[in-house]
Amino acid sequence: MELLVTMAKTVLYVAAVFGVTLLHVAYATYFERKVIGRMQGRIGPVEVGFRGLLQPFADMVKSLFKEDIIPAAADRPLFFLAPVIVVASVMTSLAVIPFFNNGAIADLNVGVLFIFAMASLAVYGIIIAGWSSNSKYSFFGAIRSAAQVISYEIAMGISLAGVFLMAGSVNLNDIVLAQREQPLGMFAVLQIVGFVVFVISAFAETNRTPFDLPEAETELVAGYLTEYSGFRYALFFLAEYISMYIMAALIALCYLGGWALPGFVTRALPFLEQVPGIVWFLIKVYAFMFFYFWVRATLPRYRFDQLMAIGWKILIPVSVVNIVITAFVKRWLM
Amino acid sequence: MIPLSWYLMLGAGLFVIGMFTFLVRRNIIMMLISLELMLNAVNIMLIATSHYMQDMRGQILAFFVMAGAAAGVAIGLALLIAAFRNRESANMDEYNLLKG
Amino acid sequence: MLPEFFFGYFACAILGLAMLTVTRKNLVHSVLWMLLLFLHIACLYLFLNAEFLAVIQIIVYAGAILVLFLFLVMLLNLREEHEARRFVKAWQGRLAVCILLLTVIVISVYKATVQPTGGYSIAFINEAGHTKVLGTVLFNQYVLPFLMTALVLFVPMVAAIVLAMKERKR
Repeated sequence: MELLVTMAKTVLYVAAVFGVTLLHVAYATYFERKVIGRMQGRIGPVEVGFRGLLQPFADMVKSLFKEDIIPAAADRPLFFLAPVIVVASVMTSLAVIPFFNNGAIADLNVGVLFIFAMASLAVYGIIIAGWSSNSKYSFFGAIRSAAQVISYEIAMGISLAGVFLMAGSVNLNDIVLAQREQPLGMFAVLQIVGFVVFVISAFAETNRTPFDLPEAETELVAGYLTEYSGFRYALFFLAEYISMYIMAALIALCYLGGWALPGFVTRALPFLEQVPGIVWFLIKVYAFMFFYFWVRATLPRYRFDQLMAIGWKILIPVSVVNIVITAFVKRWLM
Repeated sequence: MIPLSWYLMLGAGLFVIGMFTFLVRRNIIMMLISLELMLNAVNIMLIATSHYMQDMRGQILAFFVMAGAAAGVAIGLALLIAAFRNRESANMDEYNLLKG
Repeated sequence: MLPEFFFGYFACAILGLAMLTVTRKNLVHSVLWMLLLFLHIACLYLFLNAEFLAVIQIIVYAGAILVLFLFLVMLLNLREEHEARRFVKAWQGRLAVCILLLTVIVISVYKATVQPTGGYSIAFINEAGHTKVLGTVLFNQYVLPFLMTALVLFVPMVAAIVLAMKERKR
């Protein structure tokens, strides 16, 4: 009986997290269009609902009722499977993110590594999407995207190793708790090198501007998405936004103090302790989401060789040096 | 409690599937895949034994096996690319220049 | 009852997926079945209280090794194999050897039991965390092998680059 109650609670929590995330994703698209519109001197969506607030739902309905086109030469089972793999792997990573203290669905001891494992599974969805469409553009987009994601995953992992060293754990909850002990309440200050590397890699990992090479319209139509339409296209879109949220959440948790506030702030303004942790968490996540959109409105796209050069020749060596220095400091100076 | 021998027999089954494939399939990529299957079978056995002996050494060994597998695949696939340039084929039977 | 049920599922799935992997005609399908196989093996490791190794299994095998396979299959365009030459002709003898080997292994491990001799009990690992325990053992007792792994990974990396690089113009 007790088991059943626990299971029911878990299922409800999972459903709540997924539902809320989907809602956040819907409004992230609205937020993005508004932000970029304002930055380009436009006003963004205004037609549907009050100030265009119902625009995401209009988009959703549109993509659901569009014709679903499958290329004649496609490998059908894999063509259907690819978006499912991408969405499933990205959504699974949500399970280990603590939204507030001990607020993860599954409080794994290997939390961050689990997110990396799931991110490496998402690569399969991309490759399969490109390959099974049986089209040149899709295939090149997929190869580019996979090469990019795999290369930047290395830089990302190595830069996070600095955080693991500082926190002495790979559990996301423990990493947040360890940051409370810091004088400034976040690792972004002491791990500034790792932080910068991680942020750059996060852009590449989620295929966002300035590293949105796989979707470079001018060369590759829409990269691995070229042959997809309607609902399946929307699934890829959904996965991209959820993975943006996950990267933003990782940055908030590993570098910006997660759901906790820096010690000096709570000492100066004790009433802030009463505010639930999820508020601070969401503020940090949305600050980073805004940064994503800001960069998209500002920077042009890199060339593919430049992208690879940045990843392999700058970010990876820098993050390796960062680990070595962190390890020495941690061992002998702290 | 599941007996240790079940895990060992599962590993044995996987190992033999890998070995049989290695012996009969003629595609180089398939042969490399079957090598990976065999290494995984060994890993299952190592980790199971380590768990039942409550000793970490088996898991450490499995960890090193994974590193070795990654290295082996990297070099095997590079060799395949180099060979493919000369022969345009991934079939083992095509590589018979030394045959009299 | 429940552990036996789960073990039965994973054992059947692992063997079945291995069969599927090695019999596919299309290499891309084969690699994808193998991905599913590796995920099942990772779940089996969770059963054996080795969560770090389970995650590493996914990251290393699924994230690195299989992606290499997939890349190569796609880049060399090895989509379909010739029907006739998928298997060697004289497979009966090899099958006999394999069955013999299986019999020998199964007979030798059929009654295998071990005594829990080490100090790393399940409760101890759960208390300290598998990653920490594994790391402590690895970096205290097996530092030299660990450093050797760096060499083992470095040499193939150089070799792979040299082999795969097109010859420079003289």
